[in-house]
Amino acid sequence: MPQPPNPDTNKTCTHDWCLIFIAWLIAACGTLGALFFGEVMGIAPCTLCWYQRIFMFPLAIFLPLALFPLDTKVIRYALPLAMLGLGFAIYHWLLQLGIIPATTSPCSQGSSCSEVSAQWFGFLTIPLMSVFAFALINIALLATLIREK
Amino acid sequence: MKQKTLFIAAAIALLGLFIGGTLMFKQQQQSEVAQQVQVNQQALMRMHSPLIGAPHAKVTIVEFLDPACEACAAFYPFVKDIMAKNPEQIRLVVRYAPLHQGADQVVAALEAARKQGKYWQALETLLSTQQQWAINHRADVNLALPILSGLGLDMAQLQTDMQSSSVQAIIEQDISDAQALGVNKTPSYFVNGQPLQSFGYQQLAELINSALATPEQAMTK
Repeated sequence: MPQPPNPDTNKTCTHDWCLIFIAWLIAACGTLGALFFGEVMGIAPCTLCWYQRIFMFPLAIFLPLALFPLDTKVIRYALPLAMLGLGFAIYHWLLQLGIIPATTSPCSQGSSCSEVSAQWFGFLTIPLMSVFAFALINIALLATLIREK
Repeated sequence: MKQKTLFIAAAIALLGLFIGGTLMFKQQQQSEVAQQVQVNQQALMRMHSPLIGAPHAKVTIVEFLDPACEACAAFYPFVKDIMAKNPEQIRLVVRYAPLHQGADQVVAALEAARKQGKYWQALETLLSTQQQWAINHRADVNLALPILSGLGLDMAQLQTDMQSSSVQAIIEQDISDAQALGVNKTPSYFVNGQPLQSFGYQQLAELINSALATPEQAMTK
């Protein structure tokens, strides 16, 4: 069945395009931020950080590929990554807060997951920023998914 | 197309922010290191440190090294070469930052060899045979000692001296000085009290050459 022409294509920002663009923007910030902490500031990423990187970095690469031309099917690939990343981020954050005891942490050597290596404003740690980033990406992607239905 | 413009602008802005942030952070870090070194100048040289070259040379290179560090072994001949090209002008002070596992034992062996007057031979031998006793970044003094025995040292005496409190005190002092100076990599060089900020043969040669070129009176040691 031929698709009807999208009347929105000439506008700067159709809703779906905008949502995926925002998701990419957050993923790109998260990726560059992680690289900044790791490579520039020299804070060694712990095991849980690595898992969150695994789910964040690909989003920064393939979300923009779905922007030109707009392909909302990308949600099918992006949403599982974003959800798994959110899971790891929440787990990591709770671990740092001490709500989950550190003994259940998978980290044995290198930098410790429960150790707080950077903190701003008294509460904003790297895992919490990761929680925010993954949560926003999930919201943007879910919003696109709901609009599709 | 407008969407493309928006995307490209955002991508460029993010990259620019990243690169700008990196440059700013590095610069701030460098000035902090310089400040830390300035405050802790007395930690740079100690009476006990091994010294080679003219005693009143114009240029003093303080090198924090780990005998098990590969880069230290690679840089050592380079420094010796610069010293040989500028006789009477450069002296080298060796400090320890034993960062590798087991390296403090090898440092103890070096200091014990110094008590028998064979320090520089022992250091050069250990650096050139490093692959044989420092395997996978782990220093094994039991593999290093047989190599040292080839220098004609009294090995029984050496083993006793390794445990002596004077040798242990030197190692402890050097480790605490390294911490005070923010030395967390080896080799770390200080040329006339100035840290080598960007690591490399070229950068080290430039730092030494600029120290050689500056007029004499600046030295207040």
